[in-house]
Amino acid sequence: MNALRWRRFVNVFWTVVSGSAVLLALLPLVSLLWLVTSRGLPGLSASFFVNLPTPVGEPGGGVGNAIVGTFFMVGLASLMALPVGVGAGVFLAEKGEGVAGKAIRFTAEVLSGVPSIVVGIVAYGLIVAHMKRFSALAGGVALALIMIPSLARSTEDFIRLVPSALREASLALGVPGWKTSLRVIMPTALGGIVTAVLLAVARAAGETAPLLFTALNNQYWNLDPTQPTASLTVQIYNYAISPYEDWHEKAWTAALVLLLLVGLLNLTARFLSRNRLQGAPR
Amino acid sequence: MPPTSDTGAARATPAPARFANLGDRAWGWGISILGGTILVVAGLVLLELGRVARPAWEGMNVLRFLTSTDWDPVQEKFGALPFVYGTLVTSAVAILVALPVSVGLALFLSEMGPRRLRPPVAYAIEVLAAIPSVIYGLWGLFVLVPWLRGTLEPFLQGTLGFLPIFRGPMIGHGYLAGGLILALMILPTIASVTIEVLKTVPAALREGALALGATRWEAIRMAVLPYARPGILGATLLGLGRALGETMAVTMVIGNSPAISASLFAPGYTLPAVIANEFAEATGDVHIGALASLGLVLFGITLLLNAAARILISAVSRGTRGARA
Repeated sequence: MNALRWRRFVNVFWTVVSGSAVLLALLPLVSLLWLVTSRGLPGLSASFFVNLPTPVGEPGGGVGNAIVGTFFMVGLASLMALPVGVGAGVFLAEKGEGVAGKAIRFTAEVLSGVPSIVVGIVAYGLIVAHMKRFSALAGGVALALIMIPSLARSTEDFIRLVPSALREASLALGVPGWKTSLRVIMPTALGGIVTAVLLAVARAAGETAPLLFTALNNQYWNLDPTQPTASLTVQIYNYAISPYEDWHEKAWTAALVLLLLVGLLNLTARFLSRNRLQGAPR
Repeated sequence: MPPTSDTGAARATPAPARFANLGDRAWGWGISILGGTILVVAGLVLLELGRVARPAWEGMNVLRFLTSTDWDPVQEKFGALPFVYGTLVTSAVAILVALPVSVGLALFLSEMGPRRLRPPVAYAIEVLAAIPSVIYGLWGLFVLVPWLRGTLEPFLQGTLGFLPIFRGPMIGHGYLAGGLILALMILPTIASVTIEVLKTVPAALREGALALGATRWEAIRMAVLPYARPGILGATLLGLGRALGETMAVTMVIGNSPAISASLFAPGYTLPAVIANEFAEATGDVHIGALASLGLVLFGITLLLNAAARILISAVSRGTRGARA
């Protein structure tokens, strides 16, 4: 009896320990979200979204050009990464069982673990070293290289959620394989693929390291792909490591804007994928 | 190409059959080319990395490069040891802190805790994983570093100060700050993969232990954990891979000083941090080459870690499929 009581005590002990691990993990999250909100909110105004950055001490500056720059470079990256990433995902879902498929899946998984700063060096070598100039294009290429492997893997996973009965029914009706893929499988998986794309875009929008020496930064508006371009993330970094209190507050506000942007993308992605999965036949 | 469409085509009249085959073949080639692009990307990464790094290789002694502590770009002296050391120390701190917490969290979520808590906590982990690293850096710089300087570091020195790793001036910026911020960032990776791995543990193992009278914890310790161990190791390696390559947050809190110190309180430097700080303003091709060589070292290590992690995790899930069949 005594032994049983001891065993029960040990059981409760470890339950409490694992429960406190949850608290320990959530504490910093709550602190982070609270600080970004409470310190970012005072600086948030309409002008923060549309104005150019101002020098230290001059009031009223914003991060308008950095927001535009982030959208611009993520847009460029998406143009390059979406066809390739989604296409590779379709390939993995349809022909992924062969030797080539397995090798490509493994490569995609390993590539998605490559540090983003290393991808920045690659984009530097591909674009900046030839153009002899930092540019939005180089930043876009870096982000695209980051998006492609993870996009391929998540697209594959979402296509695989489509019940195989659907494909078999279509083929049994005499519909050719390619038409089945394009007109039956793809539309069914569309919600999932859009989710995968939104998640990849959200991740790219939050990247800083690969932009530091590809797109660099810019104090002004820029929509020329061959010119250096500002981004929200690099702007937050520059403001944060500056010695000025004034700029620190701007870093928090810009962080709030970035967090809202990334959060919105993630929420939309979640909403879409939940609807799709619930709607899918089992 | 699915065999079904071939048999369907054979039964139809010749002309449409050829047409159907053409469509299938074009589709097959199209997606194969897109799939092959992944391999091209991998090749490109390796090739370009090598090309940018090359100018530094002339007359470079790899062993000296990795073991020298002298980093002076103006004199073109490049020793990587302080960065390698900083990367290893911060990653070790990160794993030591994040592994128990993530495994505890994963066990609570999937084995021990109330079911009601699962969705919100799982959602919180997703949020943790989605926060951009520069925001972690911002939080680390203005919240974690002051807290370390004012609270945790004095406490550690007061209680465990006889250990060399807890000695020296307490400035907040340093290996400990870098390691702790990394721990927070890799926690979602390790926890979510561990949860996935725990899901693949056959229910019969757990139920068998419980039926023999084991408490929940005993079932976990004797049946669940031994089965899941390779998968948890894989999850740890994935987390380690992320920790080694994480750039912004660490760059903002580690102090950026190319020194080697035994104390965790001392400022240091990591491989990604030095690349981030010096690349855009590098003094010349040799300096850029040396930084890219550091990138190549990082690339090599993360490649090996990721490959090993994937193999371990898939070994566990394959084991399940075999057990269920």
